[in-house]
Amino acid sequence: MRIIKDRQIVYDDWTLVREVVTDDEVSSGKVIVPLAYWQQHRDVLLKTNEKHAIWIDGDNETEALLDDLSNFDLIALDFPTFKDGRSYSHARLLRQRYGFEKELRAIGDILRDQLFYLMRCGFNSFELRQDKDAEDALKAFNDFTVRYQAAADDAVPVYKLR
Amino acid sequence: MYKYDNFDQTIVNERVEQFRGQTQRFLSGELSEEEYRPLRLMNGLYIQRHAPMLRVAIPYGLLSSKQMRMLAQIAREYDKNYAHFSTRQNLQYNWPDLERVPDILADLASVEMHAVQTSGNCIRNTTSDQFAGIAPDEIEDPRPYCEIIRQWSTFHPEFSYLPRKFKIAVSGATHDRAAVRVHDIGLYLVKNGQGETGFEVIVGGGLGRTPYIGPTIRSFLEKKDLLSYLEAILRVYNRYGRRDNIYKARIKILVNELGKEEFTKQVEEEWQHIKNSVLILDQKEIDRVKAYFTEPDYDQNAGDDTGFESALNENSAFTSWASRNLADHKVAGYKAVVVSLKAPGIAPGDATDAQMDFIADIADEYSHGEIVVTHDQNLVLPHVKQADLFTLWNKLSEQGLATPNIGLLTDMICCPGLDFCSLANAGSIPIAKQINEKFDDLDYLHDIGDIKIKMSGCMNACGHHHVGHIGILGVNKKGEEYYQLTLGGSAENDAALGDRLGPAFAKAEVANVIESLIQVYINNRDEDERFLDTYRRIGMEPFKEKVYENN
Repeated sequence: MRIIKDRQIVYDDWTLVREVVTDDEVSSGKVIVPLAYWQQHRDVLLKTNEKHAIWIDGDNETEALLDDLSNFDLIALDFPTFKDGRSYSHARLLRQRYGFEKELRAIGDILRDQLFYLMRCGFNSFELRQDKDAEDALKAFNDFTVRYQAAADDAVPVYKLR
Repeated sequence: MYKYDNFDQTIVNERVEQFRGQTQRFLSGELSEEEYRPLRLMNGLYIQRHAPMLRVAIPYGLLSSKQMRMLAQIAREYDKNYAHFSTRQNLQYNWPDLERVPDILADLASVEMHAVQTSGNCIRNTTSDQFAGIAPDEIEDPRPYCEIIRQWSTFHPEFSYLPRKFKIAVSGATHDRAAVRVHDIGLYLVKNGQGETGFEVIVGGGLGRTPYIGPTIRSFLEKKDLLSYLEAILRVYNRYGRRDNIYKARIKILVNELGKEEFTKQVEEEWQHIKNSVLILDQKEIDRVKAYFTEPDYDQNAGDDTGFESALNENSAFTSWASRNLADHKVAGYKAVVVSLKAPGIAPGDATDAQMDFIADIADEYSHGEIVVTHDQNLVLPHVKQADLFTLWNKLSEQGLATPNIGLLTDMICCPGLDFCSLANAGSIPIAKQINEKFDDLDYLHDIGDIKIKMSGCMNACGHHHVGHIGILGVNKKGEEYYQLTLGGSAENDAALGDRLGPAFAKAEVANVIESLIQVYINNRDEDERFLDTYRRIGMEPFKEKVYENN
């Protein structure tokens, strides 16, 4: 499907599985499974699949992923509604504290007007809500040229530039 | 005062364009109301009872005369020739057209102003002491730290979708004039045992439905750690603050549910991870910002004046005003003048465009071009030579801006209430009017002395009723406006929440009830004891008895 990755619209071959109904549907290919499923079927998944990804929502502690972090090629953080801001903190922790360097994807209620902040917190890919125009959303990355504070991007506190 | 550099101006200009685009997308139907709502709120734009309401940020209450003139011009051009100063030192326009709000923002940006984060679930305008920089009891000027916090919190990517709104107040004086203990984060500038200045950190105070006086979670924080510690608090809140119930989402609920010790532990743990990061606040930056808040060029001989003293002896109306509307200044021969926005018949905190222009002119002439908005909705001219006071008083009087009632019963804090606000259950402004009509004898008001009446038209407590010496809360009982009274609240160093007097009163009764309460006070007070002190000494019973004696 079409997603935004590294500020470009790309076709992506990961499949997001919100809820695993049968083990077969996640036993091969590139699938993003719920954390709980991963935790129960970790050893099998590590054997059957080459690439690994999970998704979590704001209720899950990022700390619950630490032992497995090196196994993941992608972590997706879910925004059940764009107003639920917990995953902004979780993204920064994964990037800045726990050193996760692979793909960090925002899924769920993802809209243009949050992209700038999401990017600053360390997300590099975005599954935009289906009804939204991805071309239009790309403009959001240029909303601001000045960033007052440091986050998970390359910004330093602006006063250090003064 | 702080001056924007290229970075500050760019970010505000870019915000105007971003919001213009968002508004266009909303008007064209691309953005749903639900999607647009938090975007407009983060720019201070509410959809109210009659029209949108736009809240403009006045960082820590400080305005230049040039900015005040722009606020007046906007009131004229886009609104109905007036504006409302709020309890958070901000300014509100009640009648702008949604379509024209981007233009208003562009006009504001031209004088280094904005409406960024004046609403929404984000970090709001940092408030402070209206006498910051001039108060004789000041340990250190809090405004540079307010400005540093403003910049750090502006468009903070991690903290723009918090569980709920977030308010920070900073005070640098021994007397708390900023209601620090009823903020999400309150900071007092304090000295430690080694004589170094840092911050006492208070978290989880607040009013609203569930009022709390905030506990101190750290008695001394070094200045270099200010931003890392704030970030640690905000991160704990963003992760664990409740999101299931809007009424339980403020940080005060989290602090209370976890307990102060556990909450503090979590913050300190988080802080250990980030205290030695890029968040360390350089002394160089503190000094850079401080350099904007230098003293104006004071007249060293201002204290030689004798005219002020003789005017006091000759004119009793002037004396009456001077006894209430002046505050001490750290420089001899200077005073801070409080311009009352609480004239009888005017909604508390309202000013017309002509009054705003006038205040800008006299600020230029008498107060080094500076004006400060107070959290009790008045304006301060912070640097007036005492030799100019009599002339200034005459000029203010002509504009209806010299009501000698600062700190008196008619200097009420009042939210917009049912007349404007879509959340309100009851009117506030009509009650203020009723009280003004009942207490129209100035001598009596001066005899009653210091008393703070604070009034909110609903549980959200924008009028801070919990911390009024007398608090008035509007409620709706079967479609009728009723008013619940509390006694004994305070927002100062001795912060306390008021106690409930008893059953609510019908609208027509409120001023009569206040009058009865005042009688009980007058009959019981010891010499020049304040209402609040008498209440604390004699307790609720005598007040209750008198007020409900006919029931």
